[in-house]
Amino acid sequence: MNGVHDMGGMHGFGPVQPEDNEPVFHSPWEARMFGMALALGPQGIHDPEGLRNSLEHMEPSEYLSFSYYRRWLEVTEQALMRKGLLTSEELEAKTAELQAHPDTEAPRIEDPELRQRMVTAIYRPSPPHKDIGVVPRFQPGDHVTVSNVHSPAHTRLPGYVKGKRGIIDRFHGVHDFHDVLPEGQEAQPQPVYSVRFTAGELWGESAEANQSVYLDMWESYLTTV
Amino acid sequence: MTTGEHQEGSHTHEEAYTALRTRALESLLVEKGLLSTDAIDAMVQAYEQDIGPMNGIQVVVRAWMDPAYKTRLLENGTGAIAEMGYAGAEGSEIVVLENTPTVQNMVVCTLCSCYPWPVLGLPPSWYKSAAYRSRAVIEPRSVLRDFGMELPESVEIRVWDSSADVRYMVLPERPEGTEGLGEAELMELVSRDSMIGVAKANSPSAVA
Repeated sequence: MNGVHDMGGMHGFGPVQPEDNEPVFHSPWEARMFGMALALGPQGIHDPEGLRNSLEHMEPSEYLSFSYYRRWLEVTEQALMRKGLLTSEELEAKTAELQAHPDTEAPRIEDPELRQRMVTAIYRPSPPHKDIGVVPRFQPGDHVTVSNVHSPAHTRLPGYVKGKRGIIDRFHGVHDFHDVLPEGQEAQPQPVYSVRFTAGELWGESAEANQSVYLDMWESYLTTV
Repeated sequence: MTTGEHQEGSHTHEEAYTALRTRALESLLVEKGLLSTDAIDAMVQAYEQDIGPMNGIQVVVRAWMDPAYKTRLLENGTGAIAEMGYAGAEGSEIVVLENTPTVQNMVVCTLCSCYPWPVLGLPPSWYKSAAYRSRAVIEPRSVLRDFGMELPESVEIRVWDSSADVRYMVLPERPEGTEGLGEAELMELVSRDSMIGVAKANSPSAVA
């Protein structure tokens, strides 16, 4: 979708501000939010479109003003409510209760089996390759043009390359396709390529010297020049 | 009260509310039996203690010391990284890019926050910021200057926007004057930022 998350090439966000000795989490709630989101993974609360689709469909001004894990909190709440696992009233009531009694001990439940399953999952690769006998249409060195398509749903095609010409740099294999397609259409695995774009092609006279961008793209985004 | 103080005050208030709301969410999920506390603890612990840039640093130093390993790493990043025992979520397919005196690779995710977790852990805030995501592809030299790095125009900049399932890690150039150093000393020279491509590995004099 043409949303505010599609940031490549935008102006106005100021300098990049690295933080010395940055901790993994800046406060305990960020750590808990991260842990909850990961541990909820197998329950598929964002299915079928996925977490990123939920994030991209946030109200745009909230997407831009919320911190990273604040966004995760927002979309996790919304997803749990959509799935009927939680109500807004329950959440408001529990928040008020904790506000009134800040010393309330958090309930603690242990489930060694779930814990082990989750730990195993984060150390287990899930290769994107799908050996389904699809032959790649393009070879490294081929010139391609990116389709000028505008899906209102989740896509991995950023706006800044649409309609631009690039060169196939390498073939990554046939991978699962993650775009959310119109109802009734099922996403099939496709060849994925790294496509090289010169800065001049992307940014014209504003391009910096001696620069290029490499972007991973599924075959259906590309046409022959 | 200045605007800055007001923003700081409202930010603190917002932060306190978010912390409370997160606690409420965890309490409800645990009460409902949808999650267990120890599963959440384990996820946090894994990425605070076990999965982080120290993994990538080991990969880099081995590549610096062992030419055969370096060849394997650049040909099949996923496999060579797995040899070191690192694999898993957000890194099922990893491509390693070599920085040289004439090529500077740097990695971004303009649409989201894709990052090679098994070797670098969770991304720093700046990597997820709108400033980095927007500017890395259109003005990378200017972004590198924010990191204190000024490269001559003769150095080619290659920006890798990770939009699919492949994750990218940069192999920084081994600094000059490190021929006599051992593994532990070399590890001191590799920063997280040098493996994203927004810094070079430190020179021994800078660390000493």
